[in-house]
Amino acid sequence: MAIKQHWWKALGVALVLYSIVMGFLGTVPALWVLHETIRNLYFHVTMWFAMMTMLTISLGYSIAYLRNFKREYDVIATEAANIAMLFGAIGIVTGMAWANFTWGEPWPNDPKLNGVAVGMLAYVAYFILRASIDEISKRGRIAAVYNIFAWVMFLVFVNALPRMADDSMHPGQAANPGFGALAPGMRTVFYPGVVGWILVGIWLLNIRKRSREIEYKLLQNELN
Amino acid sequence: MKRLVAFLVLVLSSIEAFAQEAVTADKPQMADAFRADGKIYVVVLVLSLVFVGLATYLVIIDRKVAKLEKQLNEKKSI
Repeated sequence: MAIKQHWWKALGVALVLYSIVMGFLGTVPALWVLHETIRNLYFHVTMWFAMMTMLTISLGYSIAYLRNFKREYDVIATEAANIAMLFGAIGIVTGMAWANFTWGEPWPNDPKLNGVAVGMLAYVAYFILRASIDEISKRGRIAAVYNIFAWVMFLVFVNALPRMADDSMHPGQAANPGFGALAPGMRTVFYPGVVGWILVGIWLLNIRKRSREIEYKLLQNELN
Repeated sequence: MKRLVAFLVLVLSSIEAFAQEAVTADKPQMADAFRADGKIYVVVLVLSLVFVGLATYLVIIDRKVAKLEKQLNEKKSI
């Protein structure tokens, strides 16, 4: 029973561990400005990929909630957005550290950075909205509808607008090459790392959701 | 000779760090000497241990939650 249920957690940890080991031991192209800091790609960018995945899971469960109003779906949608904010916060802090060394300042005027700030504020509004509605079913419905807006806003501010900007230092933006131009030797470390962090994120979500269920059941027992 | 070159690379790289790309080198500086010395393994080991430690802690939390779930379900059936 144990292995059947938990293999994906072990896989996630193994993949992240692999990306840590190969992230430092693997070869990377020698580039100006970046030098060895290109290795941050394995740790900083994976945070954003994991965040985007968690936000999409949140969106999926919000839509599912609007279809049949199952209480569990609302819980998963909220907790997925929570884990996404964790990844986003780590992404911002690591990005600021990286930018400080390569671009000269922690918060350069880059459309990607400002877009992420606005996008994450949209999710802060999601949590405030939830907290401000006392009635559970009403809270679930309004929050789920808003979550769809928040996801679209995040995508527009983080993925669409920076792409159209004249100048951005991030890959895939303005005239910069995207991840398709990533060195082959780096791809075999980066993508396993992305999958690993996503699995670790789902594991975190799983634990959060289960503890919320315990909380709910305890409350139910008390009321009965 | 190799050691001397490695030493010079290290010294030059530290200068370059302060001069911020102003040094007229043909190729971007990489931490090759650091790798050659094998010191990179220390970094890899420390980071791996940190991550394994956190993952182990996550396993412990997971088990704790599973235990609580079990307790709660048993209580319900009584």
